[in-house]
Amino acid sequence: MHPAKSVILFTTASGAGYGLIIIAVLCDLLGLLPRGSAVTLTTLGLALGLVVVGLLSSTFHLGHPERAWRAISQWRTSWLSREGVAALWTFLPVLGWGWFRFTNPDSATGLESGLAVVAALSAIGTLYCTAMIYGSLRPVPAWSNRLTPIVYLVLGPMSGSILLVCLSKVFGFESSMIDGIALCLVVVSFFIKKSYWRLIDDSPAISTASTATGLEGKVELFQAPHTGSNYLMREMGFRIARKHSARLRNICVLVGFAVPAAILIFGLVGPAITALSLVALIAAAIGLVAERFLFFAEAKHAQSLYYGESSV
Amino acid sequence: MTSLPTDPSAKKLGLVIDLDICVGCHACAVNCKEWNTGGHSAPLPDHEPYGADPSGVWFNRVHAFEVVVDNGDSRTVHFPKSCLHCEEAPCVTVCPTGASYKRADDGIVLVDASICIGCKLCSWACPYGAREYDEDAGVMKKCTLCVDRIYNTALPADMRVPACVSTCPAGARSFGDLGDPTSDVSILVAARGGYDLMPEQECKPTNKYLPPRSRKNGANAENIAPAAMEPPVEPASLLARMADRILSL
Repeated sequence: MHPAKSVILFTTASGAGYGLIIIAVLCDLLGLLPRGSAVTLTTLGLALGLVVVGLLSSTFHLGHPERAWRAISQWRTSWLSREGVAALWTFLPVLGWGWFRFTNPDSATGLESGLAVVAALSAIGTLYCTAMIYGSLRPVPAWSNRLTPIVYLVLGPMSGSILLVCLSKVFGFESSMIDGIALCLVVVSFFIKKSYWRLIDDSPAISTASTATGLEGKVELFQAPHTGSNYLMREMGFRIARKHSARLRNICVLVGFAVPAAILIFGLVGPAITALSLVALIAAAIGLVAERFLFFAEAKHAQSLYYGESSV
Repeated sequence: MTSLPTDPSAKKLGLVIDLDICVGCHACAVNCKEWNTGGHSAPLPDHEPYGADPSGVWFNRVHAFEVVVDNGDSRTVHFPKSCLHCEEAPCVTVCPTGASYKRADDGIVLVDASICIGCKLCSWACPYGAREYDEDAGVMKKCTLCVDRIYNTALPADMRVPACVSTCPAGARSFGDLGDPTSDVSILVAARGGYDLMPEQECKPTNKYLPPRSRKNGANAENIAPAAMEPPVEPASLLARMADRILSL
């Protein structure tokens, strides 16, 4: 599948934003998030900012952005529509939670904690909907498997937790607990992503050139319909990155998981260094962009069987 | 509404494509383009049509496959493909706006271009590559089963079939109601063992393909091998033939 920049930015940025909401709520409930208005404003501003950047990026890649509002109408059947509804809904509890924290600097009320929990659950729901846009597409076996939603549900909170580690160093509320949560998420994400790669490498083909044509024997494309290329080949026949997938996977593991994990471990045993946690954040961001690029580039679409692919 | 019709009629209009007959002339694809660039989803844009890398929107494309069976016997199969108007059309249910829909009356899958946002998700959901994005209009386009021909009372009755069917010079394409077991197309499918493409994708396509027939007289790679061929013997003089005999000893 063609790895469009807008969709890579959408899924990574909004994933980090919703992840930050989830981890901030968790830390708030554990009493790790100070009630100062600067912390509230920065944390929620950053989270919602990332969400808005992601949503705008996904909107501007549409053929008709001005009609985007129509996309919330078909939530009964469409995961893309559900994602739109969930994304818009999530603003309400997040802003409510932020409002209570902002106006009651002293202590949390029951309503505020309730809103915080609703905000976190809504963010989890939105991440799940985003994942299922891809997870529900049967023609792309690398996506329509049980691990796709799990990958999205851990990578979002992983990037969000590293963001919160940075905020904790900047605003001076660092704690080994926050670092520990982030480290756990990095390690879990690494193992889940590894098993995802093993799954897509080892899964038997679902469709072949033979099932695509209904012809028995060794079926190979003899002649393409046209000498030139077309939308289908450009959008769904992307092959370039597959050549480099092993190297890109290593970059993802090294930069996206190993570097942040090493810095988080150093932070747990050594002195707190703000600049180092920013390095961890940048490394994780690069690693996750590589991961998301591969998520698209490595995925083969069943219709490519009509354009020379032998199995998907 | 992008839910599939809850109470669909028994009528399932579609095509039957005979892979035994198709000669790969591309007339169906060309006539499809010609009709539809002025029809329901007009225009079907072309970019650089006379340039080095022409590209455009087509609803019907003719692929060709080489099939090799175990004994080494091979054949070329021309393979036209357009929208299969699936019963369980995934392109319909993924649509976030309701632009993509399946008609309850006859099962034709269409796009309402006036509410399509151009997110392309329907083209990702289709395993057959039946949908093509119009970059100029920013909306998705697809085969309409010539909905603007088949019900068009301004046309003579024998013209009320899809453009691809009316133009096929070999009679490889048939159009009809596949939901009616007594229709000509249903009888043809039953007689020839018509099948679904990629049944494992669980889309229940309406269009059916008829397999190439097996070769007559058991012809295969062994008994039609070029070993039986000998170079033609040119007329030669008696002396030359004798020299040939002696030298061949």
